[in-house]
Amino acid sequence: MDLLRFTTAGSVDDGKSTLIGRLLYDSKSIFEDQLESIEESSRKKGDEHVNLALLTDGLRAEREQGITIDVAYRYFATPKRKFIIADTPGHVQYTRNMVTGASTANLAIILVDARKGVIEQTKRHSFIADLLRIQHVILAVNKMDLVDYSEERFNEIVAEYESFASRLGNIVDIQPIPISALNGDNVVDKSDKMPWYQGPTFLYHLENVYIGGEENHVDARFPVQWVTRPQSDKWHDFRGFAGRIAGGVFKPGDDVVVLPSGFKSKVKSIHTADGDLEEAYSPQSVTLTLEDEIDASRGDMIAKPNNQPKVEQNIEAMICWFSKTPLQARGKYLIKHTSLETKAIVQEIRYQVDINTLHKKEDAPTFEMNDIGRISLRTAAPLLHDAYRRNRTTGSFILVDPGTNETMGAGMIV
Amino acid sequence: MPDYQLSHLDQLEAEALFILRETAAQFENPALLFSGGKDSIVMAHLAYKAFHPARLPFPLVHVDTGHNFVETMEYRDQFVEKLGARLVVGSVQESIDKGRVVEEKGPDASRNKLQIVTLLDTIEEHQFDAALGGGRRDEEKARAKERFFSHRDDFGQWDPKNQRPELWNLFNGRKHQGEHFRVFPLSNFTEMDIWMYMKREGIELPSLYYAHERDCVIRNGTILAVSEFVQPREGEEVKKMRIRFRTMGDATITGAVESDADTIDKIIDEVAAARQTERGNRADDKRSETAMEDRKKEGYF
Repeated sequence: MDLLRFTTAGSVDDGKSTLIGRLLYDSKSIFEDQLESIEESSRKKGDEHVNLALLTDGLRAEREQGITIDVAYRYFATPKRKFIIADTPGHVQYTRNMVTGASTANLAIILVDARKGVIEQTKRHSFIADLLRIQHVILAVNKMDLVDYSEERFNEIVAEYESFASRLGNIVDIQPIPISALNGDNVVDKSDKMPWYQGPTFLYHLENVYIGGEENHVDARFPVQWVTRPQSDKWHDFRGFAGRIAGGVFKPGDDVVVLPSGFKSKVKSIHTADGDLEEAYSPQSVTLTLEDEIDASRGDMIAKPNNQPKVEQNIEAMICWFSKTPLQARGKYLIKHTSLETKAIVQEIRYQVDINTLHKKEDAPTFEMNDIGRISLRTAAPLLHDAYRRNRTTGSFILVDPGTNETMGAGMIV
Repeated sequence: MPDYQLSHLDQLEAEALFILRETAAQFENPALLFSGGKDSIVMAHLAYKAFHPARLPFPLVHVDTGHNFVETMEYRDQFVEKLGARLVVGSVQESIDKGRVVEEKGPDASRNKLQIVTLLDTIEEHQFDAALGGGRRDEEKARAKERFFSHRDDFGQWDPKNQRPELWNLFNGRKHQGEHFRVFPLSNFTEMDIWMYMKREGIELPSLYYAHERDCVIRNGTILAVSEFVQPREGEEVKKMRIRFRTMGDATITGAVESDADTIDKIIDEVAAARQTERGNRADDKRSETAMEDRKKEGYF
């Protein structure tokens, strides 16, 4: 069984909760006591329908105000796949949550109301999914029952969406599906109301979409996370570099280079508690031993001599700002990138993107909360990095306020 | 080119090993909270794998309510010895004796909430700056929104509305003096994943998790095992039942389920068919709609 992580975004009234509720319910991922508990809560509040959002809007403030504050993670499985949903609210701190949810997702669900068609929110979701390099999108055209299951209306919306999405570079696969989440049309079972639709149902597509090509298995990257030195007689000479492979494939005997020092060696073994491996690839967590006694520590990276990451202090990046305290040109932050932590100064604000129109604003003096745009940074130590579009792990970073320790923003290296 | 795809259990394992190593690397003095329940057993097993062939770079901490099943304690001691780990015990009984907490009164008193003070005292006494917990996001709605690296203030409190965003594999464990973190490597495991993983890894569990005959009483719809701490009340009938436990906690409040599942395969079948959550039998969660959040805000696991 493999694993698919997807993200959904939207507000309460576009049927998102109903859709997720149906997936959870039909895959038997909602339990009776959970259902009873939210039925009871809905009754107390005087709601006419059972509010499935209450399943994860578990915080007191959320229940009292009927809003979703934060990214909620939900889980369900079918015999084919396990799914992790990062469900993000549509309104408050929308961008910050959507970016967070999208950062680990393979697929995004873009939900469109068949009556309203492609609206600003649809474009916002799609822009962020694209920015975070999500390659697969399901365009779920919902509430088809309210447009008489019209093929013409569906085609119109799909054409409009595809024309917009052609301006986005990373989304390679768009699967439009006409559904009614409320009635269950084309969600799990094929609808008999839309004989004109020959494509997969929503769940069938989630179970079968091919996501194998997403990990970068070409550029070998191993950020050193921890040095393992057992103090025991049996393992007296063992010196291992523990970490999670961020790209590519490693095998015993491979020539490697440790960065930034540039020392070269060979992989001696790929150690795990279950025994040594013949090869290891991303995103496995392993412990590498090298043929030579080389000094390497957390923050260093092991790569191949003929395929090395960039080693630079001047970084161009797209960022999303999360904090109420605005980003300032010349502002100083801590930067966390793979296992390295160093200092960074904002050199220049290049531009901001209006995520509703996709227009660039070039004269923005600061970044406020939820703003997205491009900046240049200079770091105290060089970042061992790749462009985000080549590698999500070695191409991403967060900025931390050295005074408050808060996570201020997230960046994707251009 | 071969298809380099990891199964979902391999992906969850790789993620948990990463989090465990990150905890060891980012903090001065972490600890792993070990209750003897299945989630903490799986977490300790993963910690063993993360640092192999070295020993765990942190101790296991058991917050002992004093209301334990005998089987849990035997298992704990054997397990700790097998791992070659260090064990630190924080005792709720000691907290009561020292007057740090007052035992709950009334018919449904339990020591569950009292653990908070003992836990925070233990953290302070040993100056732990990160406590690894076996919590999972699927088990309770307040947990569904908790981070892998979950910040606690000077008073051990969680502020759910003000959590740091967590993106990619980047975890921000920076803190001020006196603050600490709770870290949850099993966040993305579901109950089913835990069982499937235990089966794959051949992890042995305390016998309480498997179906066995036991004297029980039914109290407020919950099946409780009769023990030193749970005695039948007036009007309650002691029955011999075939039961097992889905979670492990204070013996006075942990409910059992009727079951014939005496092997891990049968348990997996039973979990797959279950229509009740595993915490559905925990009286501590039934106290109010946001009972877990309220306890967590005060510093609960």
